[in-house]
Amino acid sequence: MWWKAILFLLMAWVIAAAFILPAPQQGIGEASRIFYFHVPQAWVAAVAFVVSMIASIRYLRKGDLLDDDRARAAAELGFLFCVLATITGSIFAKVTWQSFWNWDPRETSIFILLLIYGAYFALRSAVDGAEKKARLAAVYSIFAFVTVPFLMFIMPRVLPSLHPSDSVVGSSGEFAMSASTAAVFFPSLIAFTVLFFWIYSIGVRIYRSQRKRMEEQES
Amino acid sequence: MYGVEVNKLSKRFGTRRVLEDVSFSLSVGDSLAVVGKNGSGKTTLLKILAGLAAPTRGTVTFSNEKQKLDRAEVRQCLSYVGPELTLYDFLTAAENLTFFAAMRGTSVDTAWVETMLAALQLGGRGGDFYGAYSSGMKQRLKYAVALLNDPVYLLLDEPTANLDDEGKKIVAEIIARQKKNGIVIVATNEAGEYGFADKLIRLGN
Amino acid sequence: MKRGSTVLPTSSSGLATKSLAVLRKDILSEFRTRYAINAILLFGVTTLTVVSFSVGQLGLPADVYAALFWIIIFFSAMSGLAQVFVKEEESRTAIVLRLTSDPTAIYLGKLVFNFLLLALLELVITPLFFVLTDARMANVGLFLIVLLVGSLGLAGASTLIAAIISKASIKGALFAVLSFPILLPLLIGAIAGTRKALGVTESPFSAAAPELQLLISYAVVMITASLLLFEFVWEE
Repeated sequence: MWWKAILFLLMAWVIAAAFILPAPQQGIGEASRIFYFHVPQAWVAAVAFVVSMIASIRYLRKGDLLDDDRARAAAELGFLFCVLATITGSIFAKVTWQSFWNWDPRETSIFILLLIYGAYFALRSAVDGAEKKARLAAVYSIFAFVTVPFLMFIMPRVLPSLHPSDSVVGSSGEFAMSASTAAVFFPSLIAFTVLFFWIYSIGVRIYRSQRKRMEEQES
Repeated sequence: MYGVEVNKLSKRFGTRRVLEDVSFSLSVGDSLAVVGKNGSGKTTLLKILAGLAAPTRGTVTFSNEKQKLDRAEVRQCLSYVGPELTLYDFLTAAENLTFFAAMRGTSVDTAWVETMLAALQLGGRGGDFYGAYSSGMKQRLKYAVALLNDPVYLLLDEPTANLDDEGKKIVAEIIARQKKNGIVIVATNEAGEYGFADKLIRLGN
Repeated sequence: MKRGSTVLPTSSSGLATKSLAVLRKDILSEFRTRYAINAILLFGVTTLTVVSFSVGQLGLPADVYAALFWIIIFFSAMSGLAQVFVKEEESRTAIVLRLTSDPTAIYLGKLVFNFLLLALLELVITPLFFVLTDARMANVGLFLIVLLVGSLGLAGASTLIAAIISKASIKGALFAVLSFPILLPLLIGAIAGTRKALGVTESPFSAAAPELQLLISYAVVMITASLLLFEFVWEE
């Protein structure tokens, strides 16, 4: 598979270049190299949340359990990347602000995302019957997604931010990233996204075949 | 003309097959008796028809002369009486009736409620809590609720359970009238109860 | 035995009438059984007592009192608001309700019931809170508006969650677990709004405008989403 080879090369480049090229933010120093991994992880966590929500809407419209497999696989991966982003972010916060956790708006939103995923899995394990489980989980996932705009609106107003934002987009909205930073950051973003969809498709296939086998055993 | 078509309905609970390829079609004036031993799937079939459970495979289509009926339309013209049904224990019989009449989109006065209760020989007991009713009286009140919407489709699961002779006579009248104006489906294992039916389905094996 | 001519047949119209019938029925059975009222009021008073004993007289800043107030409201709500649907499923009356009733009317009736339950809780808790702690009220009008709109959003979102958990086999802790992330924006907004009602003396309404906007739009959006999603939860 050609794209797997490209993914391998991209990942290898990202890992090597993240440590060899100059650190992305001179003000913060060497610790800012984590930016190359942390931001794509947080991005994938958000993408997974959207994928899961779209699959949930499709399930409610069509009632095909394959869409529930999709929603579940995306949510599980989203949770994994959410944990990774939280850990990497926390380490970075310790190094730069001397504290693992500060309730900065983005820390708060990723924490809420973790809570939502946790609640989603708790709900799934508490419901019997594949269809009922799929339906209730889909409703919850859509309902949780509806609250996201409120969080984006309220977080910056009530909580002061420590988060470095000028590394990607400047204060006036213009693109502010050095060429060497961009040469690592964007390949990393792409590589993590492709990696996500690859694992996701494997997850969907596993859940589908598990479901098919259950159905065959029953008949 | 209202009708219902059931096509290759199957239901499994885990590995247990309860219904296997059940098909039939009924239109106004038809009456169907569903018979079979305990555990043969009679209640399951009725619950699927009433929209209270989803089939594993197969379809149920309700229609009138013009079109297929959607879920809300079916709800308006279908009623179900069965042992799994419970009304509100902490409402009186009259309050139960008034509430379900409102849910059916009609408002009723006390005189009407009294007439209805008297017809089911519950006259004078409208102020008692449903929870304090005997099982036979509960069964009668369920019939009162089921008839509130003048159903086209009337599904009865063990219609005379807990009823005395008087109650059985009332049920027989209800079934006879329903046969003329609509469709009645009765699940039972009492031989005496399916004499009225002009179609019969035997479940099990 | 058929419906007589005394009855006026109306079909799908009268959503308001049906919703009110659901509300009336729930209030009647609630006043006879007191499942939810007892749970929610006792929980509220207990939590308030703990708060009052531990930090009530410390003269804390308005932020802290606003947060404590909403923590009491949130957890008391979590102890009682699920009853509207859990009771229907447990007493098996949900079946006949499903057979006879318009899902939208059921959601609306239950929503108003939960809102009234919250209002009753707040009616008891709020005066006690100001008596038992050192919290000072700067603007009663703003406080009441934040409370009103906040409760509407709280009832709107938690009523759908209540319908979800009534279908689950384990109900106990699930209600708070599912509700908390959904209600978080509301809680943050309500706490910030209440803080201004307790602490800001000069033109508090304009100071609290962002919070009020958030609370109002939250209530509208969550109730609309619930109306769209409720049918999927309710029907089998």
